[in-house]
Amino acid sequence: MTTTGAPAALRAEPARPGPVVTQDNAAFWEAARQRQLMVQQCRRCQQRYHPPRPMCPSCHSTDLGLLACSGRATIHSWTAVHYPQSPRFSYPAIVVVVELEEGVRLVSGLVDAQPSDVRIGLPVTVDFLDVEDGAVLPVFRLER
Amino acid sequence: MVGIGATEFSKAAGRSETQLACEAIVAALSDAGLDASDVDGVVSYTIDPVEEAELVRAVGFQELTWSSRVPYGGAGSQATLLHAAAAVTSGAARAVVVWRAIKARSGTRFGGAAVPRSPTSAHAGTSAAQWSAPYGALTPASWIALLATRYMETFGVTNEDFGRAVVQLRAHAATNPEAHYFGRPLSLEEHQQSRWIAEPGIRRADCCQESDGAVALIVTSADEPVAAAATTPVRILAVTGSALDGHEVASDHYVPDIGDFPESRALGNRLFAQAGLGRDDVDVALVYDAFSPVLLMQLESLGFCGPGEAKDLIGDDGLAVTGVLPCNPNGGLIGEAYIHGLNLTLEAVRQLRGTAANQVPAARTALVAATRSGVLLGT
Repeated sequence: MTTTGAPAALRAEPARPGPVVTQDNAAFWEAARQRQLMVQQCRRCQQRYHPPRPMCPSCHSTDLGLLACSGRATIHSWTAVHYPQSPRFSYPAIVVVVELEEGVRLVSGLVDAQPSDVRIGLPVTVDFLDVEDGAVLPVFRLER
Repeated sequence: MVGIGATEFSKAAGRSETQLACEAIVAALSDAGLDASDVDGVVSYTIDPVEEAELVRAVGFQELTWSSRVPYGGAGSQATLLHAAAAVTSGAARAVVVWRAIKARSGTRFGGAAVPRSPTSAHAGTSAAQWSAPYGALTPASWIALLATRYMETFGVTNEDFGRAVVQLRAHAATNPEAHYFGRPLSLEEHQQSRWIAEPGIRRADCCQESDGAVALIVTSADEPVAAAATTPVRILAVTGSALDGHEVASDHYVPDIGDFPESRALGNRLFAQAGLGRDDVDVALVYDAFSPVLLMQLESLGFCGPGEAKDLIGDDGLAVTGVLPCNPNGGLIGEAYIHGLNLTLEAVRQLRGTAANQVPAARTALVAATRSGVLLGT
C-alpha cells in the first residue's frame, strides 16, 4: 500500500526515533523509506524471514533479495506500553506482533487505536509513519 | 561450590561496580577459607561492567589461567557455573570465582525508557534495539509483555493469576532481611491496583527490582582439599545452557509460538536427564522471575506442570516453603533484589546449607533456571 495521492503523510511530533540501520537490515529500512513493506527472501531457495540476516539459514546463500508484501496481516500479540515514558512517544503506545499474509512475523506499532480495540487475530493493514531523519516506519491500523 | 559472598542489596550502593564485585569476592573467599592467591579462574556474563584486569589489581589474584564470559545476559547467568565446572574438571583452573556486580538502579536503569542507539545488545541476546524500540517498546517489560499477552490468550490466564504468584514472592521477601521488600508483603488487591507497565500482562508489581549489589560464588573440583573440608558441601549435579535457532532473550517475537519457552523446556529436560533426577526430586526451585508471567511460563516448560497449568500449581500457597513447589523463598528477583539472576544461585546454596532466611525443611536438591541456562545443585 502506498500513500501516493493522500493529502498528507502521517508525521509524529516531536520526532519519534528512527530505526538503528545496519548493513544487515538496511534493505528493509530502505524499502520502508520508499513506503514499501518488504521482507527478506533468499534468491536461491526462496525462503523468507525476518529479522533480516546476512546469510540464508536454509541454503547458506548470501544472495538475498526482498519480497514485496501485501501489507495485510493479523495481530499475533500486542501490548499497550504505559510506563516508563519517553518524551518521544505518546502513550499508551500500542505495540503489536503481526503475522504477515506472507507468513513472516514482524514487530510493529498499531496507530489510531485504543487498547480496548485490540484483540489477537484481528486483521490489520500496513501504513507508513514518518519519523526523524527522513526515516519511515511500517505501522499498522485495524481494518475497518 | 565452596564459597558464597554478597554485598548488601540496595537502590543506591554509593560505590563502583568494581568495588561491589571486590567486596562480594572477598566475602566468598572468606566463606571458603581461601586466599586470593588460590584463585586462578574468573567467570561472569554479559552486561557486567567490571574489567577483569581491575579485579585482579584490586583483589590481588596472582595468575589467572581461565577467564570467560557467558552471553545472553541474566538468561545465561547459570551457565557461569558451566564455565567454572568445565574449567575445574578439565584442569584448566583449580578455583574459579563467578561474579556479577550491578547498579541497575543508581547507574544505568535496567527498566529505563532510553532510546537505544546501538544495533547490538552487547551479547545480551536481543535484537529489540533494532526492531522493537522504534515502536516504543524500549524496556524488557514491554518485550516480555508481548509474550505474556499471547500466553494469557492461549491458556485463559489473567493478570490476577500472575498476582497470586507475586503475593507469594512478596510474602517470602517480607520475612527475608536481605530483601528490598523486607517487612512489606503485598495483597492481591494491592497487586491489582498496581499501575500498568505494559497492559494486559504486566503491572508494576509484576516487575523485578532494579537493584545495586554484587554476588560472588567460588567453584572447585570436589576433590580439592577445600571442598573435602567443607562442612556443608554443595555439589553441581548438572549444569547446561540452551539457545535455540531463531530465539532471542526477552524479545522472542519471531518463533512459531511466542507464548512458549522451548529453550527452557530443552534446558529442563537436559538437566534432569544429566542428573538422573525427576521433577519430584527438586526440594526448592529458583526460577528467573524477571517478570511474573515468565515465572509461570517457566514452571510449565521446566516440566513441573502441563502447559497453562502453572496458575493452578501456584494457587494461593503453591510456592510457599511448605507448598507443592517451594519456589524463590528469598522473594526472587521481584521481592528480594535483581542481581541479574545470581542472587537466585546464592539463595540455592543457602537453602542447601540450611542457612536461608526462609528455609525449606531438609532441602537436598535445588534447581536454578533462567530460560537459557540452569543448574541442579545437591548436598
